[in-house]
Amino acid sequence: MPELRRERLRVLAVEQVGPYSLLRVSRGMLTPGRPGQFFMLSPPGRLLPRPMSLCLAPPGELAFLIDAVGPGTRALCALAPGNTLDVLGPLGNGFRVDVRRPLLVGGGIGVAPLPYLAEALGRPPALLGFRSEHHAQAAALVPNAEVVLEPTYVTEPLAPVARRHDVLACGPEPMLAAVRELAPGAQLAWEAPMACGYGACYGCAVELDGSWKRLCVEGPVLVAA
Amino acid sequence: MLLNASGCLDASTAPDVARSLDAFVTKTVTPLPREGNPPVRIAETEVGMVNSIGLANPGLEAFLADHVPRLAELGVPLWVSVGGFSADEYAASCAALDARAAVTTLELNLSCPNVDEAPESAAQIVAACRAATTKPLYAKLAATGDLAELARAVADAGADGLSLVNTLRGLTLDERSLRPPLARGVGGLSGPALKPVSLAAVWVCRRATALPIVGMGGVASGRDALELLAVGAHAVALGTVLFADPHAPARVRAELAAELSAHGFAAPADAVGAAHDRVLAASV
Repeated sequence: MPELRRERLRVLAVEQVGPYSLLRVSRGMLTPGRPGQFFMLSPPGRLLPRPMSLCLAPPGELAFLIDAVGPGTRALCALAPGNTLDVLGPLGNGFRVDVRRPLLVGGGIGVAPLPYLAEALGRPPALLGFRSEHHAQAAALVPNAEVVLEPTYVTEPLAPVARRHDVLACGPEPMLAAVRELAPGAQLAWEAPMACGYGACYGCAVELDGSWKRLCVEGPVLVAA
Repeated sequence: MLLNASGCLDASTAPDVARSLDAFVTKTVTPLPREGNPPVRIAETEVGMVNSIGLANPGLEAFLADHVPRLAELGVPLWVSVGGFSADEYAASCAALDARAAVTTLELNLSCPNVDEAPESAAQIVAACRAATTKPLYAKLAATGDLAELARAVADAGADGLSLVNTLRGLTLDERSLRPPLARGVGGLSGPALKPVSLAAVWVCRRATALPIVGMGGVASGRDALELLAVGAHAVALGTVLFADPHAPARVRAELAAELSAHGFAAPADAVGAAHDRVLAASV
């Protein structure tokens, strides 16, 4: 098991990207890890840290794309430059990048790990789905992206090309389930409420293909059966 | 002495954290494997967290075959948390674990809020286990009911120590949907909300029995640990704080050393029960 590294990092900027916030922090001694790995970010004033996959890794920085959906993510988005927060990571298993014909698929805040993944894969094509034009501003973070808006889902442009590609996807559960149908063998990044991020709490266990897995240890990226 | 609370650390995914403790306590082991409760299993509240894991564990057979040998290599004393759904089940597990030299202490989980409990009383379960093992037996109790009477009953049944406290039943509602986020609705409340509860439980049991006590519930700092010692705990366990910070043991240890020194205690043992002595001294 790799050493658990936790460090207090300084906030460099919080940038609005549509309805989302791009939280940029100094990297300190932490390493960015592999695309799809995640970090536990401790929001000020909250008991538990929140899992966030790495969005971008500019030199000396770590950047996280956050959707303020509850008290923890709101507190993270309310941070200001100069504030500090505790960060643990990188954690979990990321995407395998030894793929020949990558196609990235993202839905909503599920685009979060794709910019860093796109860099690692040499800017492959991407299919992104969003609820609205406002949400779709996050597509600017992902190179070579084709964007669809609801009521169209990413599965529509994905269906005819899925089997010609190595699909790497992150998004809401129904989207991942649909992608799995179209692209057996796809690498899917799942999400679950998580208290610790390093296998201690058993909070993030999900049943996949008949067995229970702790997403923080065995995922969050799992290969669809 | 600093331990982890059962179910709050996996030594296989975080061996360095386990080694930073004076003893490692396993997640509760039941006779048969359990997948646990359906998700969602955890949620944060304003004063702690609620969990409904449901004793997910590999079962006794796999635990003995696969886990004990690896845990023995950690190099820290190994406490095994034992669960079951009848006194016979608890006793059978204790008998099987009794043969393992790597296991130093057995902690009987008599108080999980997320599963149906055994029909027998805590004292009956302790008595059955006492007959099955010579290893030290700790009874883990929740702060419900008449704790002094329960503590005396498990002491009379042969317990060597008490672990206080387990989580309390709690519920939280999602801010948007106004539904409980936990799939089972109710879960076990842990974290800062439990600190006054654990202090009271240890206080009461210290007066009711002479058994050594592992105090836990809401410990997040050296000050919290000092207070548990002062009300009568001989050792302190960390639970929810480990989720937020795997390096909490080293921090709490350093903070406790500073607190002990600031209060004029030469060693942790000198602080044990100090709050009782001071109440007595003030009343003379």
